[in-house]
Amino acid sequence: MYRIRFIIEKEFKQIFRNKVLLRMMLAAPMMQLILLSLAANFEVKNLNIAVVDQDHTTYAQRMTGKFRFIDNFRFVGYLPAYKEAYRELQAGTVDLVMVVPAHVERDLTRDNKAQVQLMVNAIDGSKAGIALGYAHTILRDFNEAIRSETMGITPAGRVQIDVENQYWYNPQLDYKTFMVPGILFELLLIVGGMISALNIVREKEIGTQEQLNVTPIRKHEFILGKLTPFVVIGLVQFTMGLILGKLAFNIPVVGSPLLIYGFALLFLILCVGIGLLISTISETQQQAMFAVFFMMVLFILLSGLFSSTENMPQWAQYLNIINPLRYIIEAGRNVMLKGSTLQDMQTQFLTLSGMVIGVLALASFRYRKTV
Amino acid sequence: MDAIQIDRVSKAFAGTQAVNDVSLTVKKGELFGLIGPDGAGKTTLFKILVTLLRPDQGKAQVNGMDVVGDFRKLRPLIGYMPGRFSLYPDLSVEENLSFFATVFGTTIAANYELIRDIYVQLEPFKNRRAGALSGGMKQKLALCCALIHKPDVLFLDEPTTGVDAVSRKEFWDMLHRLNERGLTILVSTPYMDEAGQCDRIALMQTGQILAVDTPAGVENLFQKPLFAVKARETYRLIQDLRAAPFTETCYAFGEYLHLTSLPSVTAEIIRDYLIQKYHEAVEIKPIKAGIEDSFMALMQHHGEGSQHG
Repeated sequence: MYRIRFIIEKEFKQIFRNKVLLRMMLAAPMMQLILLSLAANFEVKNLNIAVVDQDHTTYAQRMTGKFRFIDNFRFVGYLPAYKEAYRELQAGTVDLVMVVPAHVERDLTRDNKAQVQLMVNAIDGSKAGIALGYAHTILRDFNEAIRSETMGITPAGRVQIDVENQYWYNPQLDYKTFMVPGILFELLLIVGGMISALNIVREKEIGTQEQLNVTPIRKHEFILGKLTPFVVIGLVQFTMGLILGKLAFNIPVVGSPLLIYGFALLFLILCVGIGLLISTISETQQQAMFAVFFMMVLFILLSGLFSSTENMPQWAQYLNIINPLRYIIEAGRNVMLKGSTLQDMQTQFLTLSGMVIGVLALASFRYRKTV
Repeated sequence: MDAIQIDRVSKAFAGTQAVNDVSLTVKKGELFGLIGPDGAGKTTLFKILVTLLRPDQGKAQVNGMDVVGDFRKLRPLIGYMPGRFSLYPDLSVEENLSFFATVFGTTIAANYELIRDIYVQLEPFKNRRAGALSGGMKQKLALCCALIHKPDVLFLDEPTTGVDAVSRKEFWDMLHRLNERGLTILVSTPYMDEAGQCDRIALMQTGQILAVDTPAGVENLFQKPLFAVKARETYRLIQDLRAAPFTETCYAFGEYLHLTSLPSVTAEIIRDYLIQKYHEAVEIKPIKAGIEDSFMALMQHHGEGSQHG
């Protein structure tokens, strides 16, 4: 086992000598953390809204006015008719059109009910959904106001349920609070999975692996010696990210830091295991690069980092059962933001542990069959 | 006990028989050459002997240890220098050497004696990265790395391929000095002119050993009349000679053509034939066969044999 030390020593020498890669490994993730956290934002602002007012009454004007001085909407103007509105919608100059048909005010006062039409540009599905949600809320508020005016009903006078929202674990619904823990773990995939796979395949490419195979170095010594440095670098990178998240984005760390690190370590071991597995099926760095990239994109998009996993189709949810990134992001968010304990996160912990054992067993088995 | 014992070893890759039923013995302290063209199966045979590949059939022993069963005990006892430079280009000369020393559980200082002759030439560059060395220097570093744990048997796979003539000469001198210290050396080369440097040689082609003997013995295998022929128009000469009734084979060998003829053909018969064909400045002399002639003859014989069989 003493030989592992020499391999680790050699590995660090090579890593520190490759200044460009070292800087990339530490600086690029930080940049990514900052950029993604700032840019990936689901809050929808500046929705362009146009109104087709065919009623020309005070009610219609008040309804339109509701959309005028609010952060999420930008009132672009009135349009004369449905047809123009449709054209604008198609041209993409407006996101939302509200059509107020004739006699809205009359119908409201006489029949106690009226209809307006909302047309939403749904090229971007999630944006459309959010826009519609906002518009609904505004119209409901307006509706409430009208009712109490016309029918003279004060809130005290009739039965009403007031919903008061309170957002737990992320009171301001700050998007960054949600993103940073996810991105922190996602980044570990790059150093742990990609760099380690490429590094091992490189030894194969330049022939040094063969040279090492005629020495008394055992295969497990080679593997441990190769992978340990990447786990260490991954942990350094994770620490830097955590500090950055705390200082720059003020991300709460409610749970036990020890547990967070425990999960980070577990996940890193899994990542280097995947890297090793990929290195056994790749002959060149190009092949390894492609395999890692394919896997990473799949893992990241399905992980729930950007969109909630619950809304994915059934097959995607099944696929997600084997997505380690999903479990680690769940665990990371819950421990960091909510203060979950190991007991709360035991499903994630056990699943990830199982994956670690499975991947390492498979990788070692495959590796043993290679020269 | 012999240093290397190969007993009917075969190895195939995806249908190609790289090594075909090879048996060979190398004695302790021998400098043994494995000679053959590219693709003869030399590297595959080497990889089997240094425990990197398992043979499909047959058995091989190095230092009395089976290359499959005892590979773990065997590895510290052999030194292997692959045909392709396989050291860390981003580590310095000294770092490479000390890395390989440590993984064998030794140090540079402990075995410095063995590599001193070679390492003194490298020492001025010891802080240079291995990737930045010249071809000959890389070769010397690779040899040092293969020697640093003081192996009993040294395997050198085409160590002189792509190295200039002076470095090649130096390299062989180094091998002789190592050999004098009692090290058994198995070296492969595609250059037949290097065969004379070895104690014994084996000629290998298409996975098979054609002959095993001392360099002189291999030359003596050649029994037919052999002539060196030269004329002004070499190209026309080779065509005419190949068409001649007395010719068995005719190959270009530097400035001369080597002509193997049927028995009892003399230089005069050839001269008359060539003058009839209007060749000028004809020069013909009977010569003694070299290793190359023997090898060409064996190769051709072997080729015909396998075609008929």
